[in-house]
Amino acid sequence: MGLREYIIRRLLLLIPIMFGVVILIFAVLQFVDPIQRVTLYLRNPRQFAPEVINRYIHIYGLDQPVWVQFYNWLVSIFEGNFGFSAYYKEMVLPGLLARVPATLEIVIFAAPLIILVGIWLGVESAVRKDKAFDQVTRIFSILGTSLPSFFFGVILSAIFIAQLKWVSAGRLTPTLSTELSLLKSSHHWTTYTGLLTVDSLLHLRLDIFVDALKHLALPVLVLVFIQTAVLVRVTRSSMLEALSKTYITAAKAKGLTNNEVIYKHARRNALIPVVTISGLLVGGMMTGLIITETVFLFPGIGQWAATAAQNFDVSVVVVYAMFSAAVFVLANLIVDVLYAYIDPRIRLG
Amino acid sequence: MTSAKQTGNFRKRIQPTIKEARFMLSRLFKSPLSVAGLVLISYNIILAVFAPVIAPNTSGVRQYDQYMIPRDQSLGFWIQPSPPTSGHILGTTSMQVDLFYGCVWGTRFAFQLGLEVIVSTLTIGLILGMISGYYGGFIDEVIMRFTDIILAFPGLILAMVFVAVLGKAGWSTLQAAIFSIILIGWPGYTRLIRGEVLRVRGEDYVEAARAAGASDLRIMARHILPNSIYSVIIVASLDFGSIVLTAAALSFLGLGSPPGYADWGRLIFDGVPFSGSGLTYWWTFVYPGIFIVLFTLGWNLLGDALRDVLDPLSRRK
Repeated sequence: MGLREYIIRRLLLLIPIMFGVVILIFAVLQFVDPIQRVTLYLRNPRQFAPEVINRYIHIYGLDQPVWVQFYNWLVSIFEGNFGFSAYYKEMVLPGLLARVPATLEIVIFAAPLIILVGIWLGVESAVRKDKAFDQVTRIFSILGTSLPSFFFGVILSAIFIAQLKWVSAGRLTPTLSTELSLLKSSHHWTTYTGLLTVDSLLHLRLDIFVDALKHLALPVLVLVFIQTAVLVRVTRSSMLEALSKTYITAAKAKGLTNNEVIYKHARRNALIPVVTISGLLVGGMMTGLIITETVFLFPGIGQWAATAAQNFDVSVVVVYAMFSAAVFVLANLIVDVLYAYIDPRIRLG
Repeated sequence: MTSAKQTGNFRKRIQPTIKEARFMLSRLFKSPLSVAGLVLISYNIILAVFAPVIAPNTSGVRQYDQYMIPRDQSLGFWIQPSPPTSGHILGTTSMQVDLFYGCVWGTRFAFQLGLEVIVSTLTIGLILGMISGYYGGFIDEVIMRFTDIILAFPGLILAMVFVAVLGKAGWSTLQAAIFSIILIGWPGYTRLIRGEVLRVRGEDYVEAARAAGASDLRIMARHILPNSIYSVIIVASLDFGSIVLTAAALSFLGLGSPPGYADWGRLIFDGVPFSGSGLTYWWTFVYPGIFIVLFTLGWNLLGDALRDVLDPLSRRK
């Protein structure tokens, strides 16, 4: 089986899984009775008399058999209608899409840092096993997995935001953020990407760029600290295993330098299992984002969904869950394809 | 067939197991990190078991739920937390809720929640995993695809959906949180047990039992289960830390226990408004956080050490 067929087969497998995800969400929604579910379609259900509500239940088919309801629900999803948020007073899909760039901005800065720092620390501490460097790295990695991200985040925000006032919470300093909304409403600001760091450079506004970077620092720091810890652990043990293989002895016997043996022979092979856990890292990132955005009041999708969940705003949480599942499943697919590309044994076997 | 002979056989049979266990324990006690882990876990167990002695209810108010932290009424109903004093050695948080009581009973709550979740997920995992692995075929396919769907979500996100929906349907958020942690936890164990059952299923003694006319249920309960359960139990017990962490994260998001509950995540959630005034009220969020870290640190240290000891590749060197 070639790589192309492998990719096609995996892509086809996505369909039943996403269908299953949709069924699961629909099944969960059955816990909520029709009157409450009508609120997913009505702007302000409390304004309506019971007879009107009943009529709406009828109009939206919530009194029909489950499979008919499922079909209707599926159709509305394909039409892009995920309902209305009673808490935010907006349609949920545009609401989600408007907040994706903020989250993406954290990811863009955090992900490369996690990968680079995690792999570097893991490899170096395996090479210097049981030396001081290794001990410090291991303690750091155990701390990183034991320290809850919300605790770390709250402490950082108490020190740097509230006590020292180095930055404010959110995405921008309040004065700049007011200026930005004024610019937007007077059409002097075009949203090219939604990423403040990129858009500010395109508008040659260095002050906004620097301010946005400052506000990204704390959320990125929390994410990197927690997620790197996981990566370091896996890289270290995988590197240790690679270093004990016979091809390493052979490479040394050939007379290669230490660096050549470590970085050309051992590290390449050690990174294969590291690729497989990147799927886990994506999941960790997504949950980590909910926490960090909530702690630092960063207006991304994680904070959006968490606040909605606190207020039992089901339509927001449902669309967020489907979005996350899609991203997570796709990320895992990419990881698997990458894995098959690096390690031919996977697709041939 | 005498019983004496049977015990002799039994002794001989478990000899390697005892030897292995001794070897593992000696390795565990040699590494300082794992000893630190064991010390931390014992400390947490002591806190949990003796919570009524260590942090008794001195407020004079009768509690309906032991986990609802008693309020010091002599301090009134001030929102503002009071700093640590001899009466409240860790201080009080919003509405004069005693933090020492909350943190100590929070340990007990963590163990109770962890046990509830692990017992439920393991039971579900055992039943489904055994059915899946033993019968194979269509039913295996159905169960496995179902685990695929649950595993298509990052855990906390699916839990968040369940809490929001169940909360909307009228459940208490704490019930909903425990229910959802169980729901996101079972697929992992189901897969693990299925793998173990597949490994054991082809063994000679299973064939022998089948040839002797044993029923499926008997084969599963007497021959397959005892031989496939150990690794799963070890994995599950090491998950204690991460389960408690997930529950704390949910509580921190306001999706778990109610206000004034002896739950570390909830206490930090209640401390967040005070973190807005910098370090003035530091004790409201620092102390519950330290208790969580000491708990998860213990499990992670032990887990790390156990993985090293159990991994045949890295051990006898």
